[in-house]
Formats: sequence, C-alpha cells, structure tokens
Amino acid sequence: MWNYIKLAVLGIAVVLFGLAANYGRDFGYQIHALIFMAAAAITFIYTLRMTGDVKAQPEGYFDGVVRYGVIATAGWGVVGFLVGTFIAFQLAFPSLNFEFLQGHGNFGRLRPLHTSAVIFAFGGNALIASSFYVVQRTSAARLFGGGLGWFVFWGYNLFIVLAATGYVLGVTQSKEYAEPEWYIDLWLTIVWVAYLVAFMGTIFKRKEKHIYVANWFYLSFIVTIAMLHIVNNLVIPVSFLGSRSVMVMSGVQDAMTQWWYGHNAVGFFLTAGFLGMMYYFVPKQAERPVFSYKLSIIHFWALIFLYIWAGPHHLHYTALPDWASTLGMVFSIVLWMPSWGGMINGLMTLSGAWDKLRTDPVIRMMVISVGFYGMSTFEGPMMSIRAVNSLSHYTDWTIGHVHSGALGWNGMITFGALYFLTPRLWNRDRLYSLGLVSWHFWLATIGIVLYAASMWVTGIMEGLMWREVDSQGFLVNAFADTVSAKHPMYVVRALGGVLYLTGAIIMCYNLIMTVRRSPAKADVPAMAPAE
Amino acid sequence: MNYHILREFADSWVLLAMFVFFVAVIVWVFRPGARKDYQDVSTSIFRNEDTPAEKEART
Repeated sequence: MWNYIKLAVLGIAVVLFGLAANYGRDFGYQIHALIFMAAAAITFIYTLRMTGDVKAQPEGYFDGVVRYGVIATAGWGVVGFLVGTFIAFQLAFPSLNFEFLQGHGNFGRLRPLHTSAVIFAFGGNALIASSFYVVQRTSAARLFGGGLGWFVFWGYNLFIVLAATGYVLGVTQSKEYAEPEWYIDLWLTIVWVAYLVAFMGTIFKRKEKHIYVANWFYLSFIVTIAMLHIVNNLVIPVSFLGSRSVMVMSGVQDAMTQWWYGHNAVGFFLTAGFLGMMYYFVPKQAERPVFSYKLSIIHFWALIFLYIWAGPHHLHYTALPDWASTLGMVFSIVLWMPSWGGMINGLMTLSGAWDKLRTDPVIRMMVISVGFYGMSTFEGPMMSIRAVNSLSHYTDWTIGHVHSGALGWNGMITFGALYFLTPRLWNRDRLYSLGLVSWHFWLATIGIVLYAASMWVTGIMEGLMWREVDSQGFLVNAFADTVSAKHPMYVVRALGGVLYLTGAIIMCYNLIMTVRRSPAKADVPAMAPAE
Repeated sequence: MNYHILREFADSWVLLAMFVFFVAVIVWVFRPGARKDYQDVSTSIFRNEDTPAEKEART
C-alpha cells in the first residue's frame, strides 16, 4: 500500500516538475526543475520495480547507506579539493579565468562551488555517514525508519547537485555558505527533518543505558543546523516559477543574522559534528576509552553555550552596535577554554598508547587533526579581538585560518574516519597499504603547512600595506600594489593545494584497493577472550 | 512586545537561567557515584561492534 502512495506522489511530482521546467522564468530554474524531474522519475521507476516484492525483515546494522556515504565523501572530497586548487591558481594567474568560460567558470562562480563542495558535500556526507555508523553502534540498535536513511543520503546529495549547478548558472542569493536559492533551501529542510527523525529514532530505541557523548555532539549539530538554516534563509520568492527571491531582513539585521549563521555553521557543522567523530573514532582507533568522560560532558555543554554568541566578531567596525561586537569578541575568547579542553581530552586518550603514533599512520592522522583543532581554536579567538581584527580582517590571514581548521582538523579527522570505516564496512581484514597512508599523511601535512604559512605572510603583509601612511597622512600603497606583492605567496599556496589534492587521490586509490584486494576478515570466534 | 522588552528579558532572567543551568550541569557531572556510570558509557563503544544487542542493557 505504502508503495502505491509513493508511486502516486512521485508520478504527480514528475508532471509538476515538467510543467515547472516548461514555464520557468530563468534558465537556472528550468535546469533545476529538470534535475528534480529526473530524480523523481528515477525514484518512480525504482519504486515500481520493487513493488510487490516480498522482502525479509532486514536485520543487523544498516550499513549500506554508510558505505555509499563513504564513497560520496571520498569522491566529493577530491572534486572539492580539485576546484579549490584550480581557483588558487586562478588567483595567482588571472589568465586562467578563460574567456570562453566567462560567467560560468571564472573565480567568482567557482569559489562558492569550492566552499560548498568541501564543507557541505565532503564534510556533510562524512557527517551523515559517520553519524549513522556511530549512532547504531553506540545505541546497539538498527537505524530507525526503514529506508529513511536512503532518503537522507540521496536527498542530501540531490541538494548538493542542485547547489553546485546553481552556482555555475548564477542561481545564488549571495549569502556566504548559504548561497542556494529558496527552493533548494526548502528541499534541504525536508531532508534535514528526515535526518533528525532517523537519528533521534535510533537513540530512542537504543539498547544501551546511556547516550554516548559522540551522539550528543551529532545531535546538537543536526538540531542547530536546522535552526540556523531556517532563520538565515527567510526569503520571499519573486515567483514560484523563478529562482529569484527577496530577503525578509535587510541591512545590519541581515548582516548579523548572516554571521550568526556563518559562525555557527563553523561551530556546529565543522566543530560539534566533527567532535562527534573525534569522540568515537579516536578512542576506537587507539583501542582505549576517552581520557575523561566528565571532561567530555563539560566540553559539550560549554561549547554549545558559548559558540552561539561568537558570530558578531565577523562584524567589527561595521554598523553593528559596539556592545554586540564586544559580546561576540568576549565569548570567542572564552571559547578557547572548552576548545582546548576538548583537544586535551582527545590527545590524552592516547596516554599509555603513545607508541601507536609510531606504528599506526591512521592514529597519526587523527592526532594531527586534533592538533590542528587546537591550533585554529587558539588562532580564531586571537583574531576575534578587535585590535587584531583591524589588521587581519579582509586579508588572506582569514583564509589561512579557515584552511588550517578545514584542511587540518576537518579534513584529517575525516580521512582518519574513512581509513577506519572502509575495512570494517567491506569486511576486510586491514587496509591495502599503510605505506600509502603515510604518504597521504605527509603530503597533506606539508600541503597545509605551505598553505597556512604563505597565507600568514601574505595576510599580515597585506594588512600592514593597507594601513601604511606617509608623514603627510596619505596612504602609501594602492590596492593593486598589494595584489602584485602577494603573487609569490599565491603560487606557494596553490602548490600546497596540489600536495593536499595528491594525498586525497592516493587515499582514494588505497581505499579502492582495500575493497578489491585486501583479504576478507576471517571469522572471529564469537567469544573472543577479553583483552 | 518590542525590542526593548525582549532585550530586558534576555539580559536578566534568561541570562540568569542559562547561567544556573550551566553551573548545575557542571555540579551534576561531579556528582558522587558517577564514576561507575562514566566507566560503563565510555567503554560502551567497544561493545556491539558487528550486530545490534539482543536485549536491553539498561540496568
């Protein structure tokens, strides 16, 4: 019966999206209507072929969706790093903004493609896949909602495709990290609610007494992103048949909402969610429980109570009232404490097992990721201080800070999780090659060092050149002077990107070979002796 | 219900409530007898690796 309802809804959806594609007012909207129509049609055919089959009640953990998530994470990661490296070369060599790609493939269009590909496609798929893996294991229960996990995975990746094609075609509302237009936002809201239901449902039917701390972090990430996404995307569409929309808020209110969203996207998407990964995968890989469970609870509550206030530090010296930006600055500095508490908790999990750093390149990857977490959560509060911000804001220092966090912390912990998950999900005894993991580790680390160091140099140089005045009080440098002075550092930065991308490609090769070549896991006796 | 009423409310009672909640959480974390619970939950990641648990472990 359920399948017949689904077929009816999908059939109507195909027709409606076809109509929308026909009557659409702009090209981007028409393309998106066609993508929606194709997705609905494929789901229709798939459902039709399944209808009438009698299927056994599935048992065990729902790992199919996690396997797809691992593949999507690795694939989107390479795409995102590739686009990032290309736009880094575009900045160093502007002639790479090819004439025949004007309006589609120039820096302005590709930059949001890069940020969304790495944050939402690479990071988002990593978070969804790992959260589904972790919540099932720590709840000792199968994922809630039957096939709901599949809807979350495919629905989220449809959102990614819509967002990415939209940027290239100019469908954007120009809000940083929230560029997709109104109908894409609505679709993400539906997917996100399904995600919350699947995750919460699994926790509700758990067989363990306690909710493990990683699930608290994942849950705060899901709930807060829902709230941020809805408030920051309050718009009124100009037409239901067009991609354009008008924002409900304007001026300084809009700016404050945007950076309340923007900073908490960092705080809850790139920090809380990934801390959930840290609190599961680091103890698992180290084969010892987390250093202090008490500290992990305090870490959680302190982090979510403080992060939500830090946004105004993006708006120093603007129309925002002074009290608000001071508030943001103070909370950013206080945030240093829980951040470092969490870092110490992650690192000290290895106490008594430090020798693993020498023998296990996967744990090395996780440890350097926690190290970068500590480094960027020290740098961030420092840059939020108004006096420091007057030098660093609008310069490449900010870009360097973001990338030491994103490449170092988010990237490395995700690579560690992928190396952990792949042998287990495909029932392999071990990874194909630990030597290649070491290669990946060093290429990525040296790449980040080149990136961060060149951006510190160019950022501080740029900030000092902008504020330099002569004895008469006139500005010494024109803007173009800073641009030409930055060229060598831009080349170094792009080379760092090449190294990081190479490491990720080596990882993909290693993971593919793990699935294809590694020996299958031998059946272990059900009653293994306790360690 | 204008901005100023909300603002007054936010920086008095709501601020106090959040602060009290936060302090209460920290006190609760250090409650006596919690060590056993924390040991149990922090090692729970080493159970049920391959299959879901058969029966409730909520003791």
